[in-house]
Amino acid sequence: MPHWMDLLRVLVGKELLVRYKGSFLGYFWSVLHPLAFAAVFYVVFKQIVRLEVDHYALVLVTALFPWQWLQNSINASPSWFLENAPLIKKVRFPRWTLVLAGALTDMTHFLFAVPVILAFLLFEGFPPKIEWLLWLPVLTAAQLIVAFGISLVIASFNLFLRDLERLTTLVMLIWFYATPVLYPADRVPEAYRALISFNPAGALIICWRSLFLEARVPLDSLFAAYVGGLLLVGFGAYVYRSLQWRFAEVV
Amino acid sequence: MSSELQSTGASARYAIEIDDVTKTYATGSLAGIGLKNLLVHPARTVRTWRNLRRHTALEGVSFSVERGQCLGVIGQNGSGKSTLLGLVAGVLWPDSGEVRVHGRVCPLLELGAGFHPELTGVENAIMNGVLLGLPRREVLARLDQILDFAELGDFVDRPLRMFSSGMVARLGFSVAVHVDPDVLLMDEVLSVGDERFRKKCTEKLQEFRDRGVTMLFVSHAMETVLEVSNQVAWLRNGKIETLGTPSEVVDRYRTASRA
Repeated sequence: MPHWMDLLRVLVGKELLVRYKGSFLGYFWSVLHPLAFAAVFYVVFKQIVRLEVDHYALVLVTALFPWQWLQNSINASPSWFLENAPLIKKVRFPRWTLVLAGALTDMTHFLFAVPVILAFLLFEGFPPKIEWLLWLPVLTAAQLIVAFGISLVIASFNLFLRDLERLTTLVMLIWFYATPVLYPADRVPEAYRALISFNPAGALIICWRSLFLEARVPLDSLFAAYVGGLLLVGFGAYVYRSLQWRFAEVV
Repeated sequence: MSSELQSTGASARYAIEIDDVTKTYATGSLAGIGLKNLLVHPARTVRTWRNLRRHTALEGVSFSVERGQCLGVIGQNGSGKSTLLGLVAGVLWPDSGEVRVHGRVCPLLELGAGFHPELTGVENAIMNGVLLGLPRREVLARLDQILDFAELGDFVDRPLRMFSSGMVARLGFSVAVHVDPDVLLMDEVLSVGDERFRKKCTEKLQEFRDRGVTMLFVSHAMETVLEVSNQVAWLRNGKIETLGTPSEVVDRYRTASRA
């Protein structure tokens, strides 16, 4: 077994232990956040704006949980190297494992929250589907590479341009509204469709929602998510390899 | 960037070979420039980047350490000692020259680097051992030895934030010496802990030397340098001022410091 797998194991273990140490509250918080957002958006768009969308609560819940994972990973990415400065300055180890461990930790939180999504579906009268289980690893893997690729780029650049962190938060906010999280993708006017097709997060959200609500995954979106994710990981690896020899100097 | 780190050649005569190494840093921090300036004044920012004065941390440094020997490195603050350790640890790359290190390098971390305050002693020991390059299975197999040596008593299962600084240092030292390093890097670490533990550490280092572990020992504590090293290098403004037997070099350093 290569050493980086051991590294990932202890790094993810550390994050999970710290989060869930001694209490159920850790789990509670990671589920409460997307649920609170779902409740707020439901009241605003369904009750006040009176948006005509079937099962709007489910449209929100099935998208907000995966979005939360992506957002948490990317917003945390500027600090992955900075936080571990003492190690980076002293110890030679593959530093990208810090970033992948971050994405894997958020992935684990997401997987722990999947039963909550399923509970909503069952409560609304959707019969359980075997497809939910079969496609879950495929979509999770796609989202993991998207999250890791983007995080690797940001974590590496942020050592050299420290205010990238602020820009990241801002871009994530805009990206949230540009991604069909609050609205179904088919409501997007033709003129803006291209925006969504070139958005790997959009492709992922379309897949997640359609898996949970229709028990099928649109293969064109899945393909787009994987291609986008692999390109991002490739770019991230290029940036990381070009910059990592100077990490210990600038961190 | 012509650095090469090999983990082979355990039979080589030298464990560390530093050949005409020069290392410079940009002075002033790049971090302060920021994305905003890059976007608003791109030309000026790139020019600033280019013109950042280079500070020479090491210049034309050459030496070799034979397997099983301990090289003490002394010198004032800012003389390049930490840069030297960074180059040997493989976290810094030289501007020119070559750094060759044979075998597993293990740095003794400063107080608690890489430890998490909320994790227990055991959890931190496992994580640190893996970070220092030992497979997880091996760390688990040596866990009892690590904890015994650190003398933590009941605290092994308590979160690290409850530890005294001496206990944290003992745990860190214990993990590092149990990962089977071929080359051990030390930066002032022996100044922590009580007298008895310090003695235990010195004994451990003695045992390491007998086993053929190579050591690079950076310190301001001349007594310890004399006690541990076979050879001492005095760094001054990034160059080697003197390299020789411990008593000779330390004497000259002391005379110069007094002047």
